[in-house]
Amino acid sequence: MIEVQDVYFTYQTTGVEALKGVSLSIRNGEFVAIMGQNGAGKTTLVKQFNGLLKPNKGNVLIDRVNTRNISIAQLARKVGFVFQNPDHQLFSETVEDEVAFALKNFGFNEETIEKRVTWALNLLDLTEYRKTSPFMLSGGERKRVALASVLAWDPEVVILDEPTIGQDHQQKETLRQFIIQLNSQGKTVVIVTHDVEFVAECNPRVTLMSEGQIVADGRARQILTNSDVALKAFVVPPQITQIFQGLADLGFPADVIDVSEAGKILIEHFQAERNKR
Amino acid sequence: MSVFEGFRFRHVSSPIHRLDPRVKFLFVLVMFVAAVMFYELLPLSILFLLPVPFVLLAGVQRQWLRSLRGALFLAVFLFVFNLIFGYLSPGTVPYGMAPLEYASAMLLRFLVLVESFSIFFLTTSPDHLSLALEQSHVPYEFTFAFTTAVRFVPVLAEEAQTIMDAQKARGLELERGNFMKRVRNYIPILIPLIVSAIRRSLELAEAMESRAWGAVKKRTNLYVLKMRRGDLVLIVISVILLVTAVFVRYYVHPLPTITTLLPK
Amino acid sequence: MILTGPSGCGKTTLCRCFNGLIPHFYNGQLDGELSVAGLKVNEHAIYEMAQKVGLVFQNPENQLFALSVEKDVAFGLENLGVSRDEIRKRVDLALQTTEITELRERAPHELSGGQQQRVAIACVLAMQPDIMVFDEPTSFLDPLGAKKIFEVINELNKKLEITVILVEHRLDLASKYADRVVIMNNGKIILDGKPREIFSSEEARLMGVGIPKATLLWQTLQEKGFQLKGIPTSSEEATHFLREVLKK
Repeated sequence: MIEVQDVYFTYQTTGVEALKGVSLSIRNGEFVAIMGQNGAGKTTLVKQFNGLLKPNKGNVLIDRVNTRNISIAQLARKVGFVFQNPDHQLFSETVEDEVAFALKNFGFNEETIEKRVTWALNLLDLTEYRKTSPFMLSGGERKRVALASVLAWDPEVVILDEPTIGQDHQQKETLRQFIIQLNSQGKTVVIVTHDVEFVAECNPRVTLMSEGQIVADGRARQILTNSDVALKAFVVPPQITQIFQGLADLGFPADVIDVSEAGKILIEHFQAERNKR
Repeated sequence: MSVFEGFRFRHVSSPIHRLDPRVKFLFVLVMFVAAVMFYELLPLSILFLLPVPFVLLAGVQRQWLRSLRGALFLAVFLFVFNLIFGYLSPGTVPYGMAPLEYASAMLLRFLVLVESFSIFFLTTSPDHLSLALEQSHVPYEFTFAFTTAVRFVPVLAEEAQTIMDAQKARGLELERGNFMKRVRNYIPILIPLIVSAIRRSLELAEAMESRAWGAVKKRTNLYVLKMRRGDLVLIVISVILLVTAVFVRYYVHPLPTITTLLPK
Repeated sequence: MILTGPSGCGKTTLCRCFNGLIPHFYNGQLDGELSVAGLKVNEHAIYEMAQKVGLVFQNPENQLFALSVEKDVAFGLENLGVSRDEIRKRVDLALQTTEITELRERAPHELSGGQQQRVAIACVLAMQPDIMVFDEPTSFLDPLGAKKIFEVINELNKKLEITVILVEHRLDLASKYADRVVIMNNGKIILDGKPREIFSSEEARLMGVGIPKATLLWQTLQEKGFQLKGIPTSSEEATHFLREVLKK
C-alpha cells in the first residue's frame, strides 16, 4: 500500500536534512507505530504519505502511484491524516459542518454526505453534539471531532500524529481500543508516537527512527526490549521491560512488555518454587 | 517575500550593529529630512551614496541591495507616474527641470528613504530596538506588544503552514476556482489561525500575570543602553549633514540641475 | 506533591487558584477560603502572590515572550522593580540551577520543547518563590525530555527546599519523586496520601488513573498471594523488591 524507496528530504526554509535515505514498505491492513524522539523525522516521513511533502530524492508510492504524479487532494482521498492539534483544523459553525467539510471537498453528493456524517458521529460518540459549535467542546471532544472528520470519508489508510498527547489514562485506553477496532476492520493504521507504554499495550509493528533514518523495524516486543537499539534512538523502554532487564541475570526473559504477561511469568516461577519445597 | 528579507535583522556583529538605536534613528531622520528638502538630482545622488560606507562596514550589502531590489517595483511605478505627470502639466515641475530629470530625482528620493530605513532595521536587533523604545519613555505596554509580536512572527508563520497542511489533507484545494472561490477557500485557514492566536494570547496573559506583571509602576531593566564614542561620532555626522543640507538649500542659488548643465 | 485525576476533574482550575489567577484573572465565584504561603488569595493581587507562588504552564512556547532567554528570565524581576545587580545575580543563579546557562543568549524559537520548558522554569525560579506549581509541564515533550524536567523539578524540591505541586498524567515517570499524591475527580479531592498507599488502593484503580506499571505488577502478584517487601512505584524499586524475593 505504502512504498517508500530510498527517500531523502531537506526542509527548504531551515536547510535541515530530515530524511536520509529511508526505505519502508507498509502492506494493506497493517498497524504500524513510527517511533523515535522529537526531531528524528517521524512526522516528516508520514507527511510524505499523503503528499504534503514530496521527496527530494527517491520515491513514495501510494497504491503503486508515485506521489509526485497526483495532487494532495487525490492522495488525501486514500490517506487520512489526523493532526496532533485538533484546533488546527476546526473552523465550522457546527460539528456537522466540520465533519462534512472533507466530504464536500471530495465531491460526495448530499445524501451520501448526510449518511457518512451520521455514521462518523455515531462511531465517535458525538451524535449529541451534532449541532453544537466545535469551539464549545472540551479538548477530548474536539479531538474526537477531528478524528470523525477524517474517518468520515473512509480512507484506506489512517495516520494519527501523536494521538496520545495530553490524554489521561482512560482516554488513552479508549483510543487504544478504537485504533485496534479500526485496524481489525481492515484499515491500514499508522501512528506517530513517542509514547512507549501506549505502544507496548498495542504491540503493533514498530519502525524506529533516529536522525532521519530507520534504525529498526519489527514487532514492538522485539524493538522496545532491545537495549542497544533503544539507546541509539533515545527511546526509554517500557517500565515492565526495565524491571525485567534488572532481572535478566536471574534467568528471566528480557522481551517482556506487558503487565499481565510479566505477572504470569513471575507467578509461574513463584509457584514452581513453592512446589519444589 | 524577498522585499522583507531586506529588512530582517541578522545575528551579526559590527560597529554599526553596536550603535545605539536612538542615534541610528536620528541619522535616518536627518536623511529623511534632507531628502525631502531637495528636488535636484545632484544632492539626492550624494544622499543616496552616503549610507554606502555604513552598509559596507556593517557587512549587510547583500540584504541591503535586496531591499532596494524589492522596492524597485514601486519605484518604477513612481518614476513613470511622475514622468507622465511632468509632461502633462509642465508648470508643476519645480525649477523648470525637464520632466525626465524630475522623475529621476523623485525615484532617487524614494530610494534614499528605503535604503535608510533598510539599513536601520538590518543593523538593529528587535531586542535592541525595544530597549531603545523603553528608554525613550515609550509606555512599556507598547514596547512589550512590539517585542512579543516580533517574537511570535515565526511561530505564527509555522502555525499557518501547519493549518494549511491540515486542511489540504482534508481535500482543500487552494489554487482551484475563480477569485471568489479562492478567497472563500482561505476561511478554513484564517479561522483556526485567529482562534489559535486568541488562545495563545490568553495563555500569554496568564503567564505574564503569574510573573508579577503590573507589580511596580517603574520597571527596572536587565540591560541598559549606554552611549559610546561611536554614537557620538554618528550624532556629529548627523548634525553636520543636517546643517549642510539646510545651508545648501537656502544659500546656494541656483542649484545646478542637469537640465541647466546640458547644452541648449 | 503530585496532583492527578481524569481530564476535567478540576486540577487545572485548582492550580489557577494557588497563585490568584482565580479569582482575579478569571471571573466567577470563589467560595471558601484559600490561603497560600500565609496570604489570603482574595485579598492579594496576583503580582503579590507571584512572589510567593510560581506557576509553570503546559505549553512552553506561550510562556516565553522575550527575544532572548536571559531577558525572559529577568522579566518577572523587572516587573517587580528589583535592582539591576540583583536581577543579574538571580538570573545567573536560575540559569545555573536549570542547567541552561549556555542558552542564555538564544532566542526562544530556536530551542527544543524541553529546553523551552526549562527556560520557563528558570523564569519562575528567578523570582525565588516558596512554592512552585507545575501544570502538566511535560505534555508536549518526549519521554527523555520529560525525564529531564522531572529531574530538574526534583532538584528544586530537594536542594532548594521549594514546595512542589506537580500536576501530571505520566505517573510512571514522576511518582518516584513524590512524597504525597492527591487524586481529584469531579471537582473534589478523593484521595490524599503517600504514593504507595494511593496507587495500591482499589479506588485509584477504579477511577482509571494511570497507576505506575510497577505497582500494577505488584498488585497482580499480590492477588495470587505472592508478597513483596514493599509496594514499588518505580521500575527500580520493583526490580529491587523482586530480586530480594527471588534470590531467596
